[in-house]
Amino acid sequence: MLTRRKLALLTGAAATSALLFAAALPGAALAQQKTVVDFWHGLPQPLGGQLEQIVKDFNDSQQAVQVNASYKGSYPETMQAAIAAFRAGNAPHIVQMFEVGTATMMAAGPAVKPVYQLMQETGASFDANAYIPAVKGYYSSKDGKMMALPFNSSTAIMFYNKDAFQKAGLDPAKPPATWPELVDAAKKLKASGSSCPFTTSWPTWVQLEQLGAIHNTPFASQANGYGGLNAELKIDAPLYVKHVQTLIDMQKDGLFKYGGRDNKPDALFPSGECAMIQGSSSLRSRILKEATFAWGAAPLPYWPEFANNDPKNGIIGGAAFWVMTSPKRTPAEYKAVSQFFTYLAKPEVDAKWHMDTGYVPVTLKGIEIAKAQGYYEKNPGADVPAAQLTRTPTTENSMGLRLGNLPEIRNIIQEELEKAFQGQQDAKQALDASIKRGNTVLRNFERANKG
Amino acid sequence: MQRRVTFDNRLLPYLLLAPQVAVTLVFFIWPAAQAIWQSVHLQDAFGIRSEFVWFENFTHVLGDPNYLDTLKVTIVFSVAVTVLAMGVALLLAVLADSKIKGARAYKTLLIWPYALAPAVAAVLWMFIFNPDIGSFGRALRALGYDWDYRLNGGQALVMVIMAASWKQVSYNFIFFLAGLQAIPRSVIEAASIDGAGPVRRFWTITFPLLSPTTFFLLVVDMVYAFFETFGTIHALTQGGPGKATETLIFRVYQDGVVNNDLGGSSAQSVILMVIVIALTAVQFRFVERKVHYA
Repeated sequence: MLTRRKLALLTGAAATSALLFAAALPGAALAQQKTVVDFWHGLPQPLGGQLEQIVKDFNDSQQAVQVNASYKGSYPETMQAAIAAFRAGNAPHIVQMFEVGTATMMAAGPAVKPVYQLMQETGASFDANAYIPAVKGYYSSKDGKMMALPFNSSTAIMFYNKDAFQKAGLDPAKPPATWPELVDAAKKLKASGSSCPFTTSWPTWVQLEQLGAIHNTPFASQANGYGGLNAELKIDAPLYVKHVQTLIDMQKDGLFKYGGRDNKPDALFPSGECAMIQGSSSLRSRILKEATFAWGAAPLPYWPEFANNDPKNGIIGGAAFWVMTSPKRTPAEYKAVSQFFTYLAKPEVDAKWHMDTGYVPVTLKGIEIAKAQGYYEKNPGADVPAAQLTRTPTTENSMGLRLGNLPEIRNIIQEELEKAFQGQQDAKQALDASIKRGNTVLRNFERANKG
Repeated sequence: MQRRVTFDNRLLPYLLLAPQVAVTLVFFIWPAAQAIWQSVHLQDAFGIRSEFVWFENFTHVLGDPNYLDTLKVTIVFSVAVTVLAMGVALLLAVLADSKIKGARAYKTLLIWPYALAPAVAAVLWMFIFNPDIGSFGRALRALGYDWDYRLNGGQALVMVIMAASWKQVSYNFIFFLAGLQAIPRSVIEAASIDGAGPVRRFWTITFPLLSPTTFFLLVVDMVYAFFETFGTIHALTQGGPGKATETLIFRVYQDGVVNNDLGGSSAQSVILMVIVIALTAVQFRFVERKVHYA
């Protein structure tokens, strides 16, 4: 029951909050003069906090623009939120999109304002060649124009347990450089009592997409989809069949352990269970924090007969920043976005992000800065990802993938691999089934985006 | 005998109904209409290009052998979850209803799991059953049993069924317990005096008198298994390995949210809607006849 006393209290509270609100108004009016930019990202803690710190640094560095960063869930959730917002005419100014969403964003036409165009229109200086070629290639249109602003990029590398190597009589300073060497090492590790000599995170990205790039073998026709929407999967090439069959055989012999989809297997390495893992270079910070053994980082191994002993650069993962359009967007807002992007593109910002988080530097100067600060001497192995990304000029097959609905294709391949690891099919059958189902996805995407 | 409530004002009943109708329109009819509209269109993710394709999305979905597999998995999953959740809950409710020491404590403990969000419950299960970090999973492997739900579809399905039922047991338990307490003691005592044993008393008196509760829970649990187990599956297996634990609702999410195929996803939603409407209608038409309302 509402007594008189309670009523009095409530009225008092209401009056106070009204006063507070009034007091807050002048401040709000002041903030109104700044151009507000909405920025949605998909990085969980602690990375999300580090990203928001960069945004805060930018906000503090000038008076005209206020960037509001908000976390929208995982990458797919962020993508979905941005799409829904665009449909409602309310898209954020900037959205962080994972690399597999690139083709979807590029096909989005009027929903997206390409970064090169934004920078041109707002008169900002922007040099696409400042970026690592493998990064630039991933986010460039067919005619080489930068469509998004690269920011957090990773690549796939291998981590190995030096203590386990020692125990198995392997040289801890010499990680396997080729797949036959890796299989041998796995056998020795198993003989020394390891229950999991080798595992892989991101099975599709690491074992098929990266594999194709390193061996200069197409993953799909039309230059991995860069040439047009009519691309078809080509993962039944001998390289892929041989590789997947090797994994299946290794699994049967207890040399390889399937640890699940996406980054689920990550936990198996820092816990000491698996002696070798191939996964995202960004796994480094977790290993650093959790591992209680000596470990090292190495480039992904290659197949000598397919790589001609000349492995190419790996491709990137991670995410980039896309500018979205909206019916009510003003030129001043685009100007504000371009100011923010100019700040993000600074090599110092890039280098700091790289050293703080373990993502690879996306600019060539960023690598220089990290080197100059002695980061790689203090952190042996931290230069492996960048070295692998830049070791050769990019080819048509190592520039990246430009396939519509790639997340779906990745899942299809993971499903078919799982069926193969269960013994229901062999490598050829798994890859053929993946091609069949994947091509259906590609055809649907082509049809929905042809106009 | 029926009592009729009559209103003097002709407008008042409509006014009183209005909020409920508004809620139904906004939250049920409108989204359902949208799903139907989208299910006959082919769209890009951003909705920039849209093409009317008649029933192509439906023929596509129904012609996909994987979809039929998913349907089978869903049926196995839903029936198993419903039977398990109701069976265990009924057993526990009967036991908790009898005169034992600490009955209150048992009752409280049994209701707890319902307070957990499905995803949280799933994470707990993962910590128990994960072959590498789960306590029980590791124990199984140590005993030499090849437990790995990431690669064994059967084990994965058993695990999600258990996790999904476990959560629903609490809910069913509350209702069964309330139902049991509503049964007049005198009837049961009379049967006892006539010499009926506990089993016979249960099947001839308790169970028939519980039938309204049982029927209600049957409908609720079926709907739960069909629609609300998404969080559990998402957190535990994500439909894998292969497609061993992919249910219809999980696929709707997968195709709509992850794969951006709104047409296909909407077509599946419409199919799912039809299935559940049909299921509920059948239950009300045939099963309810056998229900005995006290």
